Order: sequence, then C-alpha cells, then structure tokens
Amino acid sequence: MKILVCVKQVPDLESRFVPNAAGTWFEEAGLAFRMNDYDEFAVEEAVRIKEQLGGAPEVTVLSIGPGRVVETVRKAMAMGCDHGVHVMDQDAADRDPWQIAAMIAGFAGPRRFDLIFTGMQSIDRGSGQVGLLTAERLGIACVTTVVGFSLEGRRATAERELEGGARGVVGFGLPALVTCQLGLNTPRYPTLPGIMKSKKREIECLSPDEAGLEAPLTMVSGFAPQVRMGSGTVLEGDAVELAAQVVALLNEKTAVLRRGGAQ
Amino acid sequence: MKTLLVAECRQGRPADATAELFGFARTLGAEVSVAYIGNPDDLPRFDGLVYFADVRDSGEYDPDVHKRLLLQAVEAGRPDAVVFMHSSWGWDLAPRVAAALKAAQVTEVTGVVGEGYIVDSCNGKMRRTVRPLTTTVVLTLQPGAFPALQPGGAPEIHLLRAEHGSNVEFIRYEPPPADGVDLTRAEVIVSAGRGVGSREHVELVKALAEALGGEVGASRPAVDAGWLEHSRQVGTTGQTVSPALYVACGISGAVQHLAGMKGAAFVLAVNTDRDAPIGEVADLFVVADLRQFLPALTAKLKR
Ligand SMILES: Cc1cc2nc3c(=O)[nH]c(=O)nc-3n(C[C@H](O)[C@H](O)[C@H](O)COP(=O)(O)OP(=O)(O)OC[C@H]3O[C@@H](n4cnc5c(N)ncnc54)[C@H](O)[C@@H]3O)c2cc1C
Repeated sequence: MKILVCVKQVPDLESRFVPNAAGTWFEEAGLAFRMNDYDEFAVEEAVRIKEQLGGAPEVTVLSIGPGRVVETVRKAMAMGCDHGVHVMDQDAADRDPWQIAAMIAGFAGPRRFDLIFTGMQSIDRGSGQVGLLTAERLGIACVTTVVGFSLEGRRATAERELEGGARGVVGFGLPALVTCQLGLNTPRYPTLPGIMKSKKREIECLSPDEAGLEAPLTMVSGFAPQVRMGSGTVLEGDAVELAAQVVALLNEKTAVLRRGGAQ
Repeated sequence: MKTLLVAECRQGRPADATAELFGFARTLGAEVSVAYIGNPDDLPRFDGLVYFADVRDSGEYDPDVHKRLLLQAVEAGRPDAVVFMHSSWGWDLAPRVAAALKAAQVTEVTGVVGEGYIVDSCNGKMRRTVRPLTTTVVLTLQPGAFPALQPGGAPEIHLLRAEHGSNVEFIRYEPPPADGVDLTRAEVIVSAGRGVGSREHVELVKALAEALGGEVGASRPAVDAGWLEHSRQVGTTGQTVSPALYVACGISGAVQHLAGMKGAAFVLAVNTDRDAPIGEVADLFVVADLRQFLPALTAKLKR
C-alpha cells in the first residue's frame, strides 16, 4: 500500500501581516512558519494507518513552496513519514488552488497512491479546494471534512462532520483522497530520534514544471487588512486596573452584574 | 450576468440559507435560476426556473450523482456563475463541479467589487479580491455575508435525470454527541479558547464563569484538546448562543466561532493580539494575558 500526505507551511496567524508590493499576499520577512493545523491531522492519520498495518504501507509526504517548506517536510518525516518530496516553487504563494492541485495530481498520478490525505483547508487561504480538485483530476473517490476514519482491506469508512456537530457516515473503496478536519486525531510530537533520523534522509526535489504546473484560473489583488466594523472599546494596561475598568463598564453597559449572580 | 443558485436540501427541506443565495443574486442584479435536488412537495419558493431532481432518487449526500446533475443544469442554462452556500454540502460539491467545468472557483465569498469577489484570509485578519479568468465561475458564499431574501412564487420545473453509480456511498447520519449542557438559554457564557494554553488554566475561565453566575463555553480547539466537553462548543459545529454577556478568553474569532456567538448582546474579548478578528464583534476588547487578567477580574467581581 502507498500513501501520500500533502502538507502546506503557513504563517503563525497571531502575526501582523504587511501586504507585498503587488498586493497579492503578505511580505514574509519576520514571520514564523509552521505546518498547517489540518495537515498535521493528515500526517498523523497516515502514520497511524502505517502502524495499524504493521509498518507495511509506504508513506510519502509532499509540500510545495520555497526552500523554507523543507522544514515542514522534515517534521512530517520525524512524525513517521518515510519519504519526503519538495516541489521547489518560489511563487507558491501566488499559485491558485487549481495550480497547486495540478502539481499534486501531476506528481501523484503516475505513482498510483492508494490513499491520499490532505488537510480540509489551509488556515491562511482556506480555499478548501486543493484536495477535491486533486481527486477529481485523478478520477478517484474523495471524502471531505473527515473526523473519523477506518480501513478494512481496500474498503474505507469515514465520518464527515456536518453543521451542529452531526456526522455523515460514508463508505468508499480505494484509491481515495480524504481531507482531514480538526478532531480527527491528536497529532503526535516528533520524537528526538525521529528528528535526528529525518535530518539525514534525502528529500526528492522537483520543479513546478516537472510536477505539472498549469496556468492559473484566477487573479488576486487588494490583499489588505480587513476593514474593521468593530466599534468596541479597546483597553490595555495593568491587570488589576483593567479589572476595575471592565467591572465599571459591565455595570454601565449590561445588566448581568445586577442579577445577583455576581455577588 | 446569469447565476445558477444551487439550493441545498437538508432533511427533506430547502436549507434556510437558500435565502442568502437569492440575496447575493439581488446584490449583483443578476438573472436567476435555481438547481435543487430535493423533495417535490417542498420546493424553494421562487417564480423562475428550477432545475430539479428528486432527492428520494438521488440522495441528500451523493457527490458523484449530484455533480453530474448539476453539470446537466449548467449545460442547459449556461450560467456565468454557479453559486453554493459554504456549507458542509456546498464546500464538498463546488470544487467537483469546478473541476469538471475547468472553471475558476472562489471560496467563501463575502462581497463583490467589479469583476472580483472579496474573500477573507489569514483567519479573517486580512482580505483579498479574487477575479476569475474563466468564463464560468463557481462560488461558495460565506454564511451571513449576504442578506436573506425570500422571493416567493411557484417555480417552473426543468427535470434533471439522475445517472446512478457513485464512488462514495452514504451510510447514515449520526446525531451530535449528547453530553448535556444547553448553552442556548444561558445569560452569561465565559468561553475558553486555545489561548488558554492548558487544562490547568481552564480553571481560571471556570472561576470567572462562576463569579459571573454563568456557564463555561469553548472554542473548537479547547474541545479537541479534551479540556471541555463537546456540548460546550460554540460555533457552526457546536451551539449557537445569544447570551446577555459573552466573554471570549484566548479566542481569535474565526468565522466558524463567530457564527455561533455573534447574537450575544455584549461581547468582552480577552486576547494578547489586538488585531485578532474577535475585535470585529467585541464591545469591549481587553488586550491582556488572560493568565493575569482573568484572576484579577474574578477577584474584583467577588469583592
Ligand atoms: C468546518 C469547520 C467547522 C468549525 N467549527 C467550529 C466551531 O463550531 N467552533 C469553533 O470555535 N471553531 C470551529 N472551527 C475552527 C475555527 O476555524 C478555528 O480554528 C477555531 O475557532 C480557533 O479557535 P481559537 O480561537 O480557540 O484558537 P486560535 O485561533 O488558535 O486563537 C487563539 C487566540 O488566543 C490568543 N492568546 C494566546 N495566548 C493568550 C494569552 N495568554 N492570553 C490571551 N490571549 C491569548 C491568541 O492571540 C489567539 O487570538 C471550525 C473549522 C472548520 C473548518
């Protein structure tokens, strides 16, 4: 069995973002990057399946992006992936979901993976398209927003998360692509031996053209801070003074402290 | 501009959010037809053309069959835009249709400027405008971004014919885990987010909730980490609440969380990042480390 996991490196969202000159995305200087949350669930699930099947499946991890994303590929390898692949693309941030899916499908097509795991979306772009577009291009089954997954032979069962926390249970045969949602599992921390071992491993490097880059279907402009509608009061300072100010404001603006609950 | 609005069928009925699809088309001044895979006795109320397939034949969730039905509707109506709500059904189906049409897709649209669609990025801190380069575009709309509009009237039906055969089989629905807390009637909710940092610090949130005579709520990561039970989760995949006071502790304000609590009368946010999108809905935003501020506030309330 061959498994592919697709991971993206994303910025820390508590950062302050400065638009680039073209207004398409942010300036990278000064930002810290890490593995997309949803992709951590994807890596964990792939490694669990490998373990359940006695280590037989080969797990490949792929990431598209500039040199810095190698760090994320190594992290996935330290978590238990066997092979690392890096599509070295300086312009990855300006690619649209169609182009990213073209490269993943271009890589995956001839290699005939039985199972592909991706995150359900990235936390910075949130298009939620890449997994589905990849599966459609490969002509394989795709199940999205998965919070439960099990495999028996070549038959999989998955739970899709729906609104309000309800779930839809679906069955499908391999090959298939699954997009992982928060709550699917608890990603492990890489162990020190895992980290050491992953450092020595070779990572296959491809160019975007080798992977199968195509022309974009969209054009982006106007990347800018959200126009804030919020007209709330912002308070900063010493905790004890803030507490007094907040109590005064709650008394003025709400009736909750007068209900007797707060005495 | 010609739009094909794709209405979702939930448990036999057109989903309420269908009204937002009509609101979007009105915002654009677009020509409208509707695609609906649902119950023939309960059609969207609309006096135009509805491309229709019977849900008893095509299933409520059968992405392969639904994709082919929608492609028939696109073929017949040649819309410029195929528009879904960004729901668990819509975000699953839209890219399948876009892939088949080789059409650009724009996800979670919040607004329109000229030829472009505005979308959030970086968890709602930033925004961008995405312009399709293809003649047909597939869109999903962020819930709540466009006004709800109910046109009324009886539709003219164009029947779609389902071709069976699917690579995913729907087995059953599972209801949400019922572990008991009803937050929908709480007057005060104090919610813990990932920023609370550890199970130990959840106690600070509980103590404040107690001092305010309220319930403890949670964001998704606080539930996933096992700090609090699922029934305390607020948001699209949890509960929708409307307390007199909502205190968001270490919660960034992702759109899926906001969807569950923006009906609160007064929102107090406690966050170290003053640009956190929770600021969008906060009446009072305290820029502070909750580990210092929450005990101070609890102590002040107890006095
Ligand atoms: C389909 C789908 C459904 C979802 N449904 C839900 C849902 O129902 N409910 C939900 O909540 N989410 C839901 N999510 C997840 C959502 O997208 C966000 O990931 C989640 O809401 C983020 O939770 P958070 O704000 O607690 O964590 P984060 O986004 O990580 O934010 C943590 C915040 O804490 C602040 N912070 C850190 N340290 C401190 C400190 N010491 N003091 C004060 N502040 C601090 C940070 O500045 C940051 O703003 C869903 C996602 C998807 C894709």
